[in-house]
Amino acid sequence: MREIQAVQITEAVKDMCIQANRVLGEDMVAALAGSVKKEESPAGIIVLEQLSENAALASEREMPLCQDTGFSVFFVDVGQDARITGGSLEDAINEGVRQGYRDGLLRASIVDHPFSDRLNTRDNTPAVIHTRMVSGDSLRIVFDAKGGGSENQSRLRMLEPADGREGVRDFIVRAAVDAGPSACPPLIVGVGIGGTFEKCALLAKQALLRELGDPNPDPEVAGLEAECLNAINDSGVGPMGFGGRVTALAVHVESYPCHIASLPVAVNIECHSHRHRSVTL
Amino acid sequence: MFEARHLVIPLSDRDVEGLSAGDRVLLSGSLITARDAAHKRLVELADRGEPLPVDLAGQVIYFVGPTPPKPGEVIGSAGPTTASRMDRYSPRLMALGMKGMIGKGSRGPDVIEAMKKYRCVYFAAMGGAGALLSRSIKSSEVLACDDLGAEAVRRLEVEGFPVVVANDVLGNDLFQMGKASYARSSG
Repeated sequence: MREIQAVQITEAVKDMCIQANRVLGEDMVAALAGSVKKEESPAGIIVLEQLSENAALASEREMPLCQDTGFSVFFVDVGQDARITGGSLEDAINEGVRQGYRDGLLRASIVDHPFSDRLNTRDNTPAVIHTRMVSGDSLRIVFDAKGGGSENQSRLRMLEPADGREGVRDFIVRAAVDAGPSACPPLIVGVGIGGTFEKCALLAKQALLRELGDPNPDPEVAGLEAECLNAINDSGVGPMGFGGRVTALAVHVESYPCHIASLPVAVNIECHSHRHRSVTL
Repeated sequence: MFEARHLVIPLSDRDVEGLSAGDRVLLSGSLITARDAAHKRLVELADRGEPLPVDLAGQVIYFVGPTPPKPGEVIGSAGPTTASRMDRYSPRLMALGMKGMIGKGSRGPDVIEAMKKYRCVYFAAMGGAGALLSRSIKSSEVLACDDLGAEAVRRLEVEGFPVVVANDVLGNDLFQMGKASYARSSG
């Protein structure tokens, strides 16, 4: 049994919260820079250039890229030969969020009771934590700072098997185009197809966290990704919704087997301020 | 649309009537900040006939909840939030003299109609560019709703704060115009 201290987890989480919110990933920086060449709309080009400038400024001045520093979402793979000591995994993660959002001067955006008092918890906790047991003796933690504006535009539908590939494609494209200006395009579109109601939503979130633009290894799924991306970019929504060619930077699809009666599809919309990190302990 | 024009707040009817969807504008003067929770309280005060913490005549409300400032600085990141969540409140504030709103994303038909009626414009700011936008903010002071934390009502002094006119007083909509100009058949 390998021992992992809870304080190590807290420290790693704190660091990821701060870094993800200040420094845009290299894949996103490259995608924004590259998208300027594809954009034809003068207003769209200005937007894309300013987003690159914003990313450079946030990194240089060590300040948040966006004032919405997100819901703190974690995917944790716990090796079954590892043992966490000195506290629980959930407490260690929430303490890391608390410290990271306080010390990084990030915005506390979580309210306690969703449909009643809505009092701000003041430290961005609790986090949303998805844990999985895996083989091995290490602990892998993926952090996603998920903004509310884009999350609000996400949707899920239980399609019927007869809707088929075309139904799935249309649902994905419609969700992204309807998300439009409100979700801060250019978007990243995470899609889950198959499984159950909750499984496909989870797949959609996980799909967002793939290296930007890496196709799904299944050629059939990769083909759907490319087709959806083209259709979304033909919508004309453009950067910030001002009109243009670059509405989405990537469509990532994950699929899973499903019930004979079902065809669930979830579309998780992500803004251009796509902030995530991972660490292995 | 590329030559930005300068406007100083408070705005007059004449100021807003001279703006067209797509115009780039640099705003200077005081912005009032409010998000969903603060809008709810402002409208409740108005409905009870009580005075608001700030006179809205000629004012511009910025839909923003900034990050905390670093020591010695006035504000953290401060970009716009989604404007459509304010749709149910905005017409009531236009009736009190509000002349402009700043947010991101499109507005509903009722709000666009109210903008025509009350001579008010909606400006789009660069969503997700909170670090960049904070450079135009020179001071920040909490006016009300301090208990709401990031959602408090603030007065921000700005210089050359960059926005684009998204909806003008004639009912034109930049988002619809832009999309129509670049749409191809398959989308």
